[in-house]
Amino acid sequence: MTAPYGISAGDLLAADTQMGELWPLFWEATWQTLYIVAVALVLGGLIGMVLGMALYVTRPSGLYPNRFASVVLNVFVNFFRPIPFVILIAALQPFARLVVGIGIGNRAIIFAMTFAAAFGISRIVEQNLVTVDPGVIEAARSMGAGRLRIIRTVLVPEALGPLILGYTFAFVAVVDMSAIAGVIGAGGLGNFALQYGYRQFDTVVTWTAVIMIVIIVQVVQFGGNSLARRVLRR
Amino acid sequence: MALVEMRGVSKVFPASSRGGSPVRAIDDVDLDVEAGDIYGIVGYSGAGKSTLIRLVNALESATTGSIRVDGTEIVGLRERQLQRVRLGIGMIFQQFNLLRSRTVYGNVMYPLQVAGVDKREAHARVAEMLQFVGLAEKAHTYTDQLSGGQKQRVGIARALATSPKLLLADESTSALDPETTQEVLALLRRVNEELGLTIIVITHEMEVVKSIADKVAVMEAGRIVERGPVFDVFSAPQQPVTRRFVSTIIDDVPEAEALAALRTRHPGRFVRIAFRDEGVRQADVFAELIRRDVTFELVHGGMEDVGGRTFGNLTLSLQGADAEVDAALAAIGARIDTQELR
Repeated sequence: MTAPYGISAGDLLAADTQMGELWPLFWEATWQTLYIVAVALVLGGLIGMVLGMALYVTRPSGLYPNRFASVVLNVFVNFFRPIPFVILIAALQPFARLVVGIGIGNRAIIFAMTFAAAFGISRIVEQNLVTVDPGVIEAARSMGAGRLRIIRTVLVPEALGPLILGYTFAFVAVVDMSAIAGVIGAGGLGNFALQYGYRQFDTVVTWTAVIMIVIIVQVVQFGGNSLARRVLRR
Repeated sequence: MALVEMRGVSKVFPASSRGGSPVRAIDDVDLDVEAGDIYGIVGYSGAGKSTLIRLVNALESATTGSIRVDGTEIVGLRERQLQRVRLGIGMIFQQFNLLRSRTVYGNVMYPLQVAGVDKREAHARVAEMLQFVGLAEKAHTYTDQLSGGQKQRVGIARALATSPKLLLADESTSALDPETTQEVLALLRRVNEELGLTIIVITHEMEVVKSIADKVAVMEAGRIVERGPVFDVFSAPQQPVTRRFVSTIIDDVPEAEALAALRTRHPGRFVRIAFRDEGVRQADVFAELIRRDVTFELVHGGMEDVGGRTFGNLTLSLQGADAEVDAALAAIGARIDTQELR
C-alpha cells in the first residue's frame, strides 16, 4: 500500500531510523534543554517572585497598600502575559539584542523564556500569598515585626508548600516554551525533535526526544510533589 | 496614671466604595485602663470594639485624639517606633493566628526573635512560658495537631513571651466550647494574678466579662455608652443595650410574651424586686409579705454571683387582699427597688 506523499508504512515505522548516529546530538540537546530551562526558571523565578510579592503587598489590604503601583503592576503583567510565546520571541528580539547582545540562539531564547516565566510566575506567587491567613500577618505585626521581616518569616514560610507546587507547575510550562527554541536557532530537545525527527520523517527520533522530555517533567513533578508534601506535612 | 489612656479618640475609615460615606468606627472615646485591671469591652459585632482594641497597639491608627500606653503617646509615632511599643503589648486572637509553618516552640519563639533576644535566653523563656500554660510536652508539635484550647494556650504563651505589661484579648474564647472557654479564662486570670498583667478583653459574651473582668465598658455605634465596675453595671444597667447584654446571663424581668404565659398560670399581682448585696435581705421581704397575709410565689428570676457579690431580680406573684398587697408593696418599696409589672 502506498501512503500519501509517497511515504511508505516502513517510513512511518522508521525501520531506517538515523537514531543510531544521533545519540551524541541527542545527549547534547538534552543537556541544552536542561540548561536553558534551568537558567530561565531560576532568573524568571526570582523576578517573578519579586513581581508577585509586589503585586501582593500593594493590594489595598496589603502590607504596602499603594493603589497607583498596584494598577501599574497589574496592567504591566496583564499586558505581557497573554502574548503567545512564539510571537513574544519575535517581539522581544530587539530587546534581546540590547540586553544579551544577540537576537538568536540560546542566550536570546533564555532571555525570552525568562521574561515570559517571570510574568507567569508572578501571578502564581501572588495567588499563593493571597491564601496566607491575614490573621497570622496581623499577629506578627502585633508582636512588633516589621514588614520586611513579615514577608521573610511569615508570608514565604506559610505559603511555601503551595509555592513549591506553583514553581513545579511553572517548570513544566518553561519546558513547553523551550520546545519552540528552534525558531531563533536555539538548541534543545524540541529543536532536536523537529529537525532530526519531524523534518526527516524519523518517528523514532521524535519519540526519543518526547520520551526524554516526559522523563524530565516526571522527575521534576515527583520531586516538587514530595518536597511540597514534606513542607505541608501531609 | 492609667496604663492605657484614651482621650477623644476617633477612627474614621474611608468609604469602601466610590460615592459611599466614610465609616466612623470609633467616635470620641475616652477610656482609662488602670494597671492590674481586667477590663472587659462588650458590644455587638460592628460596635467598634475590635477597632478600639487595635488602636491600643496601633494595628489601626487613630484619626484624632490621644492614646497613651504606659505613658507613651502612640498617636503619630512612626512605624518603627510603634514596633517597639508593640513589643510591650501582647495580643491573642479569636482564631489564634498561629504560624502553621512552625511548631509550638517556634511560635512562642517568634516574638523573642523579633525582639532580638539572645538565643539561649529566648530558649529558656520559651520553656518557661510553655510550662506556665501547661504545654511543655507539646513543644515540638505542629499547631494543626492541637485542639482549640491548646492553640489558644500557645497563643497566650506567645503573647507573654516578651514579658509585656498589657495583654489584649480579641474575642479570645469565642471559637471555643464552654468547657475550654472556662479553662482559657482561668489561665487569663492566672496571667493577671500571678504575672500581674493588665488585660483588655473584648467580647460579645457577657459570661466572659462576668467570670473574669473587674470593669466593663459597653460599646454601641463606636461609642462607649456605659462603663464601670462589673458589679455596678450588671446590677443596675442604665442603657438599653447594656440591659440586653446583662439579660443574656441574668434574668431581669420576663419578656412580654413570657409574662403573658406566666399570668395564665399565676393569678396574682406580679412584682419584680431587685436585690443588691448590701441592701435588704430576702428574708425581710418575705417576712413583710407573711405578716400581711399575702401569699407569694417566685415565678421568674434568680440570684447571681458577680465578683464575689450577689444580686438578683426576683419576680413574685402576690395574692391577698388588695389593701394588704398595696401596703406590703409600699413597705418593701420604701427599702428596696420594687416594680409592679402590669
